[in-house]
Amino acid sequence: MARLEDHREIQHTSRMLVLSQVSKRYGGTEALTATDIQVSNGETLVLIGPSGCGKSTLLRLIAGLVQPDSGTITFEGSAVTPASILLARRRMGYVIQEGGLFPHLNVRENVTVMARYLRRDAAWIDGRLAELAQLVRLPQELMTRFPAELSGGQRQRVSLMRALMLDPDLLLLDEPLGALDPMIRYQLQQELKTIFAELGKTVVLVTHDIAEAAFFGQTLVLMRDGRIVQTGSFRDLARNPAEAFVEEFISAQREPMAQLAAALG
Amino acid sequence: MKLTGRIIAAVLTVLCAVSPVRAAAGGEAAPAQVTVGSKVFTESVILGEMLQLLASEAGAQATHQRQLGGTRVLWNALLGGDIDAYPEYTGTLTQEILVDEKLRTQAQLEQALADRGLRMTAPLGFNNTYAMGVKETLARRLGLRTISDLKKHPDLVMGFGNEFMDRADGWPGLQTRYHLPQTNVRGLDHDLAYRGIASGTLDVTDIYTTDAEIAYYKLRALEDDLHYFPVYNAVILYRADLAQRAPEVVAMYKRLAGLIDAPTMSRLNAQVKLDGRSESAVAAGFLRRSLHLDVDEQVTSPWQRFWQHTVEHLVLVGISLSAAILLAIPLGILAARRQRIGQLVLGVAGIIQTIPSLALFVFMIPLLGIGGPPAIVALFLYSLLPIVRNTYAGLKDIPPAIVESAQALGLPRGARLRIVELPLATRAILAGIKTSAVINVGTATLGALIGAGGYGQPILTGIRLDNTALILQGAVPAAVLALLVQGIFELIERGLLPKGLRGQPGRAASASPP
Repeated sequence: MARLEDHREIQHTSRMLVLSQVSKRYGGTEALTATDIQVSNGETLVLIGPSGCGKSTLLRLIAGLVQPDSGTITFEGSAVTPASILLARRRMGYVIQEGGLFPHLNVRENVTVMARYLRRDAAWIDGRLAELAQLVRLPQELMTRFPAELSGGQRQRVSLMRALMLDPDLLLLDEPLGALDPMIRYQLQQELKTIFAELGKTVVLVTHDIAEAAFFGQTLVLMRDGRIVQTGSFRDLARNPAEAFVEEFISAQREPMAQLAAALG
Repeated sequence: MKLTGRIIAAVLTVLCAVSPVRAAAGGEAAPAQVTVGSKVFTESVILGEMLQLLASEAGAQATHQRQLGGTRVLWNALLGGDIDAYPEYTGTLTQEILVDEKLRTQAQLEQALADRGLRMTAPLGFNNTYAMGVKETLARRLGLRTISDLKKHPDLVMGFGNEFMDRADGWPGLQTRYHLPQTNVRGLDHDLAYRGIASGTLDVTDIYTTDAEIAYYKLRALEDDLHYFPVYNAVILYRADLAQRAPEVVAMYKRLAGLIDAPTMSRLNAQVKLDGRSESAVAAGFLRRSLHLDVDEQVTSPWQRFWQHTVEHLVLVGISLSAAILLAIPLGILAARRQRIGQLVLGVAGIIQTIPSLALFVFMIPLLGIGGPPAIVALFLYSLLPIVRNTYAGLKDIPPAIVESAQALGLPRGARLRIVELPLATRAILAGIKTSAVINVGTATLGALIGAGGYGQPILTGIRLDNTALILQGAVPAAVLALLVQGIFELIERGLLPKGLRGQPGRAASASPP
């Protein structure tokens, strides 16, 4: 048994994150049926699907915010358990839809809260903060503002800074741009992609927007009713849909654009 | 924060200011310590003053726990040794306190008392029994002379003192014996009953035959033609160990026997209730005249009294509220963390809150005696619920996204609580504390009924003497203190509330683009 696991581990050394047969129920409803997913180093994986399909549950399982009913999650070679999760989380950055910023702390305090808790060197913290502000293009004078004094886009930039503060290996983003208006959303998409490329991080991103998924993802995982419908590039999904739902999901979001294009044409 | 420090310092100063008084009271071993008690009506307080003056005259260091709330409180305090002596009535002993023993003779009563380590003096000389009182004018109009005459007038409105309402030898027995048909019967404070009679809201009330008000309000005492009411001879009840500890005090008390007849007692009552003299002065005057003792009434200036009541009240509120805060916040956190325990904690605190406050005070007496400690424990229990509930609600109301963000950062439980959750719940927790503080300051006035003093003392005396000014002397400072305490927590909130939560979060809309 032990040998078998060793063998599997060696096989997956290039895998940053491995979920095998992970499932989760909430009361009577199955949020996630037994699911396998692998994420390689440096890969950007996009979880996509209609609301309630289980994509957010999957992300929360990875971050250890909920415990799986069955199956194992392996992060950088070791199993994610309630005992190991605190340390594992320091190597994961997590960004959620509304940013999840602490309203009573200013930007600086929000970004550096974990570093200060770990008693990192003050000069290092200041340096890292300036570096990240530059990366996400957040002006220095906003550092003392409170979240309520920021725009939605600014809040997402701060949330990203906070996630990146300890230079994590894995970045988890749960609909990071979902609450933004289209113009800002578009701009931030461009910037995020640049940042991902620049940092070379492994990214797992959740969205319900197929265009956004296609824009970010090397690999798309399309989900429905707690199971994976199809995994592949956008091209795969569009050209070789595994089932009718894949086609429907893609065209449902493309149709309005096509009509718009036709009207303009 | 500096201000908070100063406030804490001030509270500590007040708390310390009390302890020397206590130390002095317990310090010197030479004079015997004698504590006497009295019930919450004027005659008892006058007799209590006499007991204190006599004990002092006999060389003891005497204190008087004035106007404690009712027979049971005094009886239990005497049994527990919180007080050494108090004036009681034989009828109350045989018909109420020891009614189950069916005592018939004086010897049986003395034996029953001795079994409990108690003794009583010979009767003081007056029989203060119950009677039914009706306004003279009404009595004449309806031709009421005896209690039996009441049967013909079922519409009469009756109001009785709370004790009389419930006592075995009170209204329930009287109604059965005389077959009285009245249904409109209510319980209220004995002193307020007189005012009810005067204003015409009540037709019949229970009166004590030595009450000064009988003459003042022109009442007729209806004849007890079926001899229902037993004899209520006034005696001094004292602990047997007092005779060993301070024999000269007991000897002094025995000198009161046979000294006070009914007209005398009635006159002494009138001097306090109608002429507005202090109980202490009336008691001292009587002792000087009758026993030729050179006693002086205790004179305390209104400011001295005010200061004493303030200190007592602050001690009650300060200790009980601080303890409640220290326990309730952790309980609230526990409740928010663990669903099952949470429901249990909130349920228990809720049940405590439903216990009538006076009952809770009285429940504490068998456990803690009378005075400050039982009152502090009762107030502490009362202060728990608002703080527990608000801490729980404050923590539960934090948006899940924020709780999860803190988790996802890798902060351990304790750090999440300290850095994120408690600061966000600050406003709710402080609101709970403010509610508790106001309830606490108000409820503490009831502490006077179990000998804890405070602003309730002048209120009780004011109700007893029908003296509104005296009531206000307790009620106004209590109200001011409630506002003050609330203001203090308002200031603490200003210092404690995180900056980001102070303003209205309305600036987000006008903020610059990303």
